[in-house]
Amino acid sequence: MSTAATTETKTAAPAIEKIKVKIDGREIEVPRLTADWSGKLTPMTMIQACELAKTDVPHYCWHPKLPVVGNCRMCLVEFGTPALGPDRKPVINPDGTFKIAKSPRPAIACATPISPGMEIYTKTPAVKQMREGVLESLLINHPLDCPICDQAGECKLQEYSVDYGQSASRFVEAKVHKPKAVDLGPRIMLDAERCILCTRCIRFTRDIAKDDALGIINRGSYNTIATFPGMPFDNNYTLNTVDVCPVGALTSKDFRFQMRAWFLKETKSVCTSCATGCSVLFGSREEKIYRYTPRDNDAVNASWMCDAGRLNYKWIARADRLKDVLVRGQKSTWTAALNELSDKLKKAPVGSVAIIASARQTNEELWLISKLKAKLGAISDSIARVGDADKLLVSADKNSNTNGARLTGICFTEMGVNLQPITDGIESGKIKTLIVFGENIAKHGVNKEKLRDSETVGEVVTEHSLTPELLAKLETLVVSDIHANETTKLAHFVLPGATHAEKRGSFTNGKGRVQKFMKAVEAPGDARAEWEFLHDLVHNVTGQNGFVTIEGLFNQMAKEVPAFSGLTWQAIGDTGVTVQI
Amino acid sequence: MAQEYKLILKHADEAGYTPDIECYLRHGGYDTLKKAFAFQTKTLAEGKTQTPQEQLRQEVMTSGLRGRGGAGFSCGLKWSFVDRKSGKPIYLICNADESEPGTFKDRQIIHKDPHQLIEGMIISCFANDVKLAYIYIRGEMPEGAKILNAALKEARAKGFLGKNILGSGFDCEIHVHRGAGAYICGEETGLIESLEGKRPYPRIKPPYFPAVLGLWMCPTIVNNVETLCNVKHIVAMGGAEFAKLGTPNNTGTRIVSLSGHVKKPGYYEIEVGKATLRELIEDSKFGGGLRDGRKLKAIIPGGSSSKVLKAGEKFKLKKKDAEGKDILVETDMLDLPYDFDSLAQAGTMSGSSAIIVMDDSVDIVGALANLSEFYAHESCGQCTPCREGSLWMNKTLHRLTHGEGRAQDADYLVKIADNIPGGRTICAFGEACSWPVQSFLAKFKDDFVAKGKADEERRAKETSEPKKLEVAHH
Repeated sequence: MSTAATTETKTAAPAIEKIKVKIDGREIEVPRLTADWSGKLTPMTMIQACELAKTDVPHYCWHPKLPVVGNCRMCLVEFGTPALGPDRKPVINPDGTFKIAKSPRPAIACATPISPGMEIYTKTPAVKQMREGVLESLLINHPLDCPICDQAGECKLQEYSVDYGQSASRFVEAKVHKPKAVDLGPRIMLDAERCILCTRCIRFTRDIAKDDALGIINRGSYNTIATFPGMPFDNNYTLNTVDVCPVGALTSKDFRFQMRAWFLKETKSVCTSCATGCSVLFGSREEKIYRYTPRDNDAVNASWMCDAGRLNYKWIARADRLKDVLVRGQKSTWTAALNELSDKLKKAPVGSVAIIASARQTNEELWLISKLKAKLGAISDSIARVGDADKLLVSADKNSNTNGARLTGICFTEMGVNLQPITDGIESGKIKTLIVFGENIAKHGVNKEKLRDSETVGEVVTEHSLTPELLAKLETLVVSDIHANETTKLAHFVLPGATHAEKRGSFTNGKGRVQKFMKAVEAPGDARAEWEFLHDLVHNVTGQNGFVTIEGLFNQMAKEVPAFSGLTWQAIGDTGVTVQI
Repeated sequence: MAQEYKLILKHADEAGYTPDIECYLRHGGYDTLKKAFAFQTKTLAEGKTQTPQEQLRQEVMTSGLRGRGGAGFSCGLKWSFVDRKSGKPIYLICNADESEPGTFKDRQIIHKDPHQLIEGMIISCFANDVKLAYIYIRGEMPEGAKILNAALKEARAKGFLGKNILGSGFDCEIHVHRGAGAYICGEETGLIESLEGKRPYPRIKPPYFPAVLGLWMCPTIVNNVETLCNVKHIVAMGGAEFAKLGTPNNTGTRIVSLSGHVKKPGYYEIEVGKATLRELIEDSKFGGGLRDGRKLKAIIPGGSSSKVLKAGEKFKLKKKDAEGKDILVETDMLDLPYDFDSLAQAGTMSGSSAIIVMDDSVDIVGALANLSEFYAHESCGQCTPCREGSLWMNKTLHRLTHGEGRAQDADYLVKIADNIPGGRTICAFGEACSWPVQSFLAKFKDDFVAKGKADEERRAKETSEPKKLEVAHH
């Protein structure tokens, strides 16, 4: 599946020369070369040096992950370079510093490379005046409809208006009117009057999504973003244009008019729609999730995510969520159900229990299950999901934690090979108890086309032999899941679980990136994070204890699972750590 | 006394001179190309050698030729910036997108003497190791494109283009590309984008200097039609000899497009700096004077974007006295020698050498409104200050010319204009659209204030606020 880290022949990156520049009088040493939007080493620009110096340079069109076009002119700065004498060598002042020749013209910080001894001035009256001029220009034809604009609260025009705006406009002419509520494609709306023509959307879809779908029509102040006639803007990455749009021109049809951005609580999480595991932010308010937005993670998703993954959140708040603990169809309590289940498992003969866990569960949960498995001498496996991959972010593996299931020993490298032995065991009567987590095994071979139309990502679940008739032969069927389904209907014990939005934990993505995610909302009813009740169950059945927090659980797992050796919950940080898989 | 000096237009207007190759050959056509091919590698001191190409480029440097498109940048220097070590092909583009209002010189060459341009281009290609060149011709000049294509076909048939030209071993091809009708396509990087089939958004510099990252991201030379014709004459007569034409640092000849309120508008080729604005306007060999009974009001001296000169304005011009010392001489605007440096000293430019003469019949507010409408229409809209500022100025001027002015509009216009030029925009269009406003307002502010006041007084009687006027756009 992947190359072990030890066999990778990594040539040591050549040492990059450092040069000294002065930013607003403060000297800073920065690399001469740095990665550009595409990762290529190119001369460091002023704006990148200013970023390293923690000096804010306002900008609209510049985006670290997009080609530089320099059209907004908001990042204009003044600068000087060492003056050269007749010998073409820098003139040195008596105090040993360079004599600086100040450029008579400003430069855009986003596209101007730095050079040794350069001085960048970002706070001069002239720079302030230029920024005010650009902002005024951007606002004269802007509708100023902030009260009803979805971007309000996270709008760069608003942000810079605080710093460079005027309290009153001197513009007395008629504004330019442009199309509003333009249906660009199935997920995107355009308000051309709000657009500042920074072309981030055009560059994103052309250079990142490789779908040259957007362009500019008309001329001058009448310029308007548009698609080709009759060709909707529809690829699996269109919603990223809403993220990169610095103003309210592009809005998500899913999110527009749903919630003011400033009411949203942001929670760092991970997308679970495929094995890529894009870093995301959940925007939630009062136990409801309103949107996913991608979170920067160069090791995983850069600044992007696919539309399918982004919109795949509505199942979390679906009405058919399991909210009650059920024992043989009757509502029960966690204490009663777990006690009864623990007693049963403690008495179960070795080999009479099988476990089908989900490769969408967290590392911690899968590891707890592996402890049960060891104690019970159980056979275990998981269900593979395979769909289409693309060249940017979407993985063919639609499980978010396939590698977690492998590394914790829940399944073999080839997931699903134990399903037939489990079938055989149930058929022969050897296996009397089956514990299922998050997999609707009574439903076979999911129809890919049908799923496409629904809100989930297209996927195919491997067809297997665990039929409802077979499940009926079991003495005990334990099912933990999120939604009611065919399998929960057959279960003797139904344990309502929590989605990843409702708990903390970690996943190991397709490339071995271990990423943690945080809790955004509360689980409904009696639903409870699996790791919590698994902890109780493991304690009851094995007598082991000590994992009452997710931190403790993770750190203990890292000690026991070789692949996670050396990791701590703290150390994996917000963007994760890559382990050998 | 100022004289016409016909170098480029030597034959163009002669009776019986036709744009076909036979006529061109009868007049010594393509002899200079043969001369260029005949250059031999020269051995210099210290055992260094100089290739024929290097010698040709040296001739152009020696000639002091400055670009005839508008900026007046040294052609030799421009060629010296070309990245010759990249291993990528080098392209030459002839900028024939002549569209600066008031300018109509390149089309004379294209229509009447296309082979002169082609010969100049082939020599320039040879001098710069260019195998493929383009003539980017303005979309509104279909006849010129037809003539050029016919001329290229003739040149190919005669072996002046194609493989192994005249047995020199040098291969070269030239294609004509027609623009689609936008002024900004004359900006060299906008032109390159357009040639690549894209929207002509000028490129940012750095990093996209054409000499390094031009057409298809390869080193590219972009020269004006007249400039490339001059290369032919430089090679024919030698750079040093060419440099004797005109005045120091302003060498050679220029074709001046003279329009506006003169009796004889037209194009006149002069030695650069050897005629004053007064001579060009008043001399019977040139403009022949203003219309009878009219007085001069203003001159736009170098295409519509150059800063206006007001009748009677005086400038301190640097000159050498008898002992060779620099002195400042007070000079009336009409006595400015028509060259790059004198007009720069007067705070304007000779630009595309298009002189627009305005007499006292001109409504100066209306004249600026006219220019402003052009620039608002032609701004590509890529970068903020120009996109928004050009239309803003146009709307204000439209208001002023439609009875909805305010006295304060004079200052208001200057403030709008001040936010555009000086390196705040990607290309020089920012300057082109704001300089007229800045200079008209600096020199004719009273006209604007008076117009605004009159409107205010009229409205006070009608007790109405100024109306917001929609500007028709195309």
